[in-house]
Amino acid sequence: MLSIEHFYWLMALFLLYAGWRNLRDRRFAHAAFWGLLAALFAAGKPILDASKAGHALPSQLAGVAVIALALLATRMRREHIDEAPEAQRLASAQRLGHRLFWPALLIPLVTVAIVLFGPKLAIGGAPVFGEGSITLIGLALACVLATFAAVLVTRERPVVALGEGRRLLDTMGWAALLPLVLATLGGVFAASGVGEAVASLVSAVIPADNRLACVLAYGLGMVVFTMIMGNAFAAFPVMTAGIGLPLLIQQHGAAPAILGSLGMLTGYCGTLMTPMAANFNLVPAALLELDDPNAVIRAQLPTAIPLLLVNLVLMYWLAFR
Amino acid sequence: MSDPMNYWPLLGVAWVVVGFVLRANPVIVVVSAGLVSGLLAGKSIGELLALLGESFVSNRALLMFAMTLPTIGLLERAGLREHALRWIAQWRGLTLTRLLAGYLAVRQGLSMLGLIDIAGHAQTVRPLLAPMAESAAARPHGEVSREDRQKVHALAAATDNVGRFFGEDVFLAFGAVLLIQGFYAQHGIVLEPLQIALWALPTAIAAFVIHAVRIVVFQRRLDRRTASAIAGTDPERADAVD
Repeated sequence: MLSIEHFYWLMALFLLYAGWRNLRDRRFAHAAFWGLLAALFAAGKPILDASKAGHALPSQLAGVAVIALALLATRMRREHIDEAPEAQRLASAQRLGHRLFWPALLIPLVTVAIVLFGPKLAIGGAPVFGEGSITLIGLALACVLATFAAVLVTRERPVVALGEGRRLLDTMGWAALLPLVLATLGGVFAASGVGEAVASLVSAVIPADNRLACVLAYGLGMVVFTMIMGNAFAAFPVMTAGIGLPLLIQQHGAAPAILGSLGMLTGYCGTLMTPMAANFNLVPAALLELDDPNAVIRAQLPTAIPLLLVNLVLMYWLAFR
Repeated sequence: MSDPMNYWPLLGVAWVVVGFVLRANPVIVVVSAGLVSGLLAGKSIGELLALLGESFVSNRALLMFAMTLPTIGLLERAGLREHALRWIAQWRGLTLTRLLAGYLAVRQGLSMLGLIDIAGHAQTVRPLLAPMAESAAARPHGEVSREDRQKVHALAAATDNVGRFFGEDVFLAFGAVLLIQGFYAQHGIVLEPLQIALWALPTAIAAFVIHAVRIVVFQRRLDRRTASAIAGTDPERADAVD
């Protein structure tokens, strides 16, 4: 039975390899960074299990490791690592042609196939796919199969695939970790009562009798808090509990389904505008090796702002019929 | 619940904002902001470390996109980008607008079906969409400037984000819809996910229209800039016409 845990181990091996290559290149901060991350991936389940059983020490050690990762990140240079020479790439492109597309296309195709048919697969009565999100398992398995396909198509040694993967990983550097630390921050903020404090502040400031003011406070609050947290999911419960539910739904009679849906989408307009949504805005800039880390945000602002206005109008118009 | 509200943890939020403004390393800003908020909320160091570690480990699925990197790296080494560029160069009718608007429609359509991770920056934008867009942008007048090439790449990444975000909520089994439903259920309002999901449709349509118009405008300006750069005139003057 394949569970997501197996793929976390595989991921740990990949990270360990990246660490080892950096160690060989005497890039010690990078080596320690990927090595520590590998340890956190491999030990993830035992840490969570121990914490559930009431043992705090493993998760405390993980917390220390997270702080160490943050300190190491400040010492990491993001730099371009040399690719294969252009002449070699052109010749290979000429030779392989469309066959080069197949391994890349396998990733989405296999993921979809596993999401659709995976849950029905069983060998001798036992399901093939075990615990964890089926999409995530599908994606991970698709990546593994695609790597094999790429090795076959290019006729390279498998270790070259790891080396090239490491090249891209080191090109992204600490930026690759941002989505994860931001989600971590969301968890810590929630446990520290940041949400309740925000809601209480906002509802103290706005004129609650005015329906339009409440709509604006809710919509713009979603945007601002999403921009700060980098995630509309974190903003939604805070803003809806603080403003949406007591003022718009209970006092002004807004339809909850419409308000919720449009509120969340208004938050997404904020996601388009903030560096805190690192995996959508900063990571692609790093992946595409753009000079300006905020180039993607700049490309999104003129879409996000009109869409935000449309959402506010829709909210005011549709929610109070 | 007679305790007065503790506003001090909000300093963690301010810490994040200041850190980003000062352009400190984002990883250290984010991690330290968590520590600040937790300490101001009155948590002990031990509690806080455990919270940090547990929260990090339970979110580790967010790094799984890195598993696509060996495939993409290997294909890049074998000339994936060079081949994609040359192949697109043969499609006569393909403009930047058609490519990006078409991608936007497909991306929105797929994410409405819940197929969110089948495309994305690592999977499709870097290896396929960005080089294709670059090639399509160069078609009308020849090579675009380095600066414009970066803008084309950024727009390709933006198109992926818009397509993903404003398609996914129309799909009823997606996380956001379930989060909304779950939140209301906790507060005594019972809704079917479909009731919520359908109201995402007007925004989805608006997002497509607004972003597609922007792509058209972008291509027009780009064409004008490259045409005038090649004709040797001042590109600023050509731009001033709009």
